[in-house]
Amino acid sequence: MKEAFAIVWNNWYFQDALVVALVAAVGWIIRRLGRREYWRLAFRQVFQRRLVRICFATLCVYAAIALLDSLGYHPALRDAEGAVQRDPTTGKVIRDEEGLTVLDLVLTPLRRIKEKTYSAPLATHQFTKEMMAGEDGETVYAHPRLTYPRRHLLGTDKVGNDVLYLSLKGIRTGMIIGAFTTLIVIPFAIFFGVVAGYFGKLVDDAIQYVYTVLASIPSILLIAAFMLLFGRGLPQLCIIMGITSWTGLCRVLRGETLKLREAEYVQAAEAMGVSRAGIMARHIVPNLMHIVLITAVLSFSGRVLAEAVLSYIGIGVGADTISWGVMINDARLELAHDPLIWWKLSAAFIFMVGLVLPANLFGDALRDALDPRLRTE
Amino acid sequence: MLAYIIRRILYAFPILLGVNLLLFALFFYVSTPDDMAEQILGEKRVTPEQIENWKREHGYHFPKWYNADEERLAARFTQTLFWQKMVPSFYFHFGKSDMDNSSIGRTMLGRIPYSLYLTVPVFLAAIMIGLFLAMIVAFYRATYVDVWALVICVTMMSISTLFYIIGGQYIFAIKLKLVPVSGFDEAVPYCFKFLVLPVAIAVIASIGGNVRYYRTIFLEEINKDYIRTARAKGLGEGAVLFKHALKNAMIPILTNVVVSIPFLITGSLLLENFFGIPGLGNYTIKAITDQDFAVIRAMVYLGSVLYVVALVCVDISYTFVDPRVRLE
Repeated sequence: MKEAFAIVWNNWYFQDALVVALVAAVGWIIRRLGRREYWRLAFRQVFQRRLVRICFATLCVYAAIALLDSLGYHPALRDAEGAVQRDPTTGKVIRDEEGLTVLDLVLTPLRRIKEKTYSAPLATHQFTKEMMAGEDGETVYAHPRLTYPRRHLLGTDKVGNDVLYLSLKGIRTGMIIGAFTTLIVIPFAIFFGVVAGYFGKLVDDAIQYVYTVLASIPSILLIAAFMLLFGRGLPQLCIIMGITSWTGLCRVLRGETLKLREAEYVQAAEAMGVSRAGIMARHIVPNLMHIVLITAVLSFSGRVLAEAVLSYIGIGVGADTISWGVMINDARLELAHDPLIWWKLSAAFIFMVGLVLPANLFGDALRDALDPRLRTE
Repeated sequence: MLAYIIRRILYAFPILLGVNLLLFALFFYVSTPDDMAEQILGEKRVTPEQIENWKREHGYHFPKWYNADEERLAARFTQTLFWQKMVPSFYFHFGKSDMDNSSIGRTMLGRIPYSLYLTVPVFLAAIMIGLFLAMIVAFYRATYVDVWALVICVTMMSISTLFYIIGGQYIFAIKLKLVPVSGFDEAVPYCFKFLVLPVAIAVIASIGGNVRYYRTIFLEEINKDYIRTARAKGLGEGAVLFKHALKNAMIPILTNVVVSIPFLITGSLLLENFFGIPGLGNYTIKAITDQDFAVIRAMVYLGSVLYVVALVCVDISYTFVDPRVRLE
């Protein structure tokens, strides 16, 4: 079963469908929210500050890159002459199993310029020395000239990949762990939180018990156990991060629902005979959305940071996935080098801060605008 | 009061049972002992006999819940995986490591002090410095000091702990050679030179988040009526902040602080690993790289026990600190 799952999951066309569905869902939610006066006012207030607009623009750029990197296809394999390869018996076109993404296509110039090994940013010569033929035919021990001198804005790594390309590819991993996990988790948290708060009694006790048990396990240890059992990988990491992170939101939503249940408009709806499901869907959930949104944005950055730590400990995404955590992990050995190989670590640092800092600032601005209780002065 | 405390303590047991059941489900249903054996013995070319042997050696050969092969009724329940592997953890018998058959409980006891050497100074320094800075920021609220302090806090929060550690270790230990790169020595004067850098790094890494959190709490207190009364009586802003607001702000801060106590004992995975301190954090990392399932299971359980105990302590301490808390 695991194999069958992997085949479907690793198919780009399946993932494309998923991405399109996800974008459509998010678009629909934004459209719905945009129709409400309360949200429009809140967002107008959020976007009044220039800093917040800059942060939001940065986040959009990251999201766009991640999206481009999430739409992929399986190109036909070609032989040296450029002819499409076919299976000799069936005549079917052989396709690349790894596949390419739209981002790969856009970044073809970066993807193709591979060197042999390390080179510093914008260098003309390789970082390490090797034996090679000198100008007068003798073998000399020197830095060979790069195949693509001055083309690597952030240098190249141990196997000669362009670091800028790796960093850009790392965006998708970071965004998936930060945003995609949240999107999976939120429906569960809302459902259980609202149901527990609204129905109370036995349902409440049961749901509270489940999330208290989950919340009482230190999340890093639970993640370690889970990743050890299921092996490293992006889907596993998303699932376990989801399992460990819905409890906090669920508890908050349950508490809010307890308050809202007593609100006059909910009682009025009850008196008018609106069904329980209707009350929850139309009167309670919309009034919880500001908490959901704030939590989603604020927990986003925490998860991006956690990915790096987990990958470093060896329970994150596997070494074959390109991620900032893996890049930092590689950099640990590079730091022992003399002279220092600093560009891979710096690239991961810049790209991570460039995502996490705007996310944090934007989250703060959202909270100030949407949660009047926390607004200060 | 006593009845409340007892009830609160009793309430912890179902939670721990839940943790145990969850762990049992994870380690024995979702991934079976056969999978574990395969993973440890190497995925390829493992004969069923080898797996059976490994399971017998490490005590994984029992059925899960009910052993019909046993004659005595009691043994039918005790000679099972759940009874043998999960129940003893209730009284802190974690059994033996899957890798080297060493006693997990004894290893843990031996390693806890090392974790404490590192985490206790970090814990104390982080709270003191955090509170102090937060009060200064709160004192200058709604001025440029406040705005810039917040920007700095958020920026510091946005940098992964990894960078603080890697950067700090590189600058102070490798380049400047002020302190050893890694290692540990228990003897009192020597341990400082090993501890000073990791402690400083951990404090700096946590300061952004702490200051911002404490500041929010202070600002919430400052807008309350009793502060207005204190000001109306003619108290200076310093006295209002450091005497009146601080005392009341301690209540929410207490939760935050007590809940982080379990992590003092389970140690810091990253710091211990980077600086070679042989505490529980390092033990966990070693278990992860060795795929030592028994140790991981024990660590998860220990972490939850500590957390549950800490929560009980929070609730009980509330009744002392905050007279408004009702005992229901």
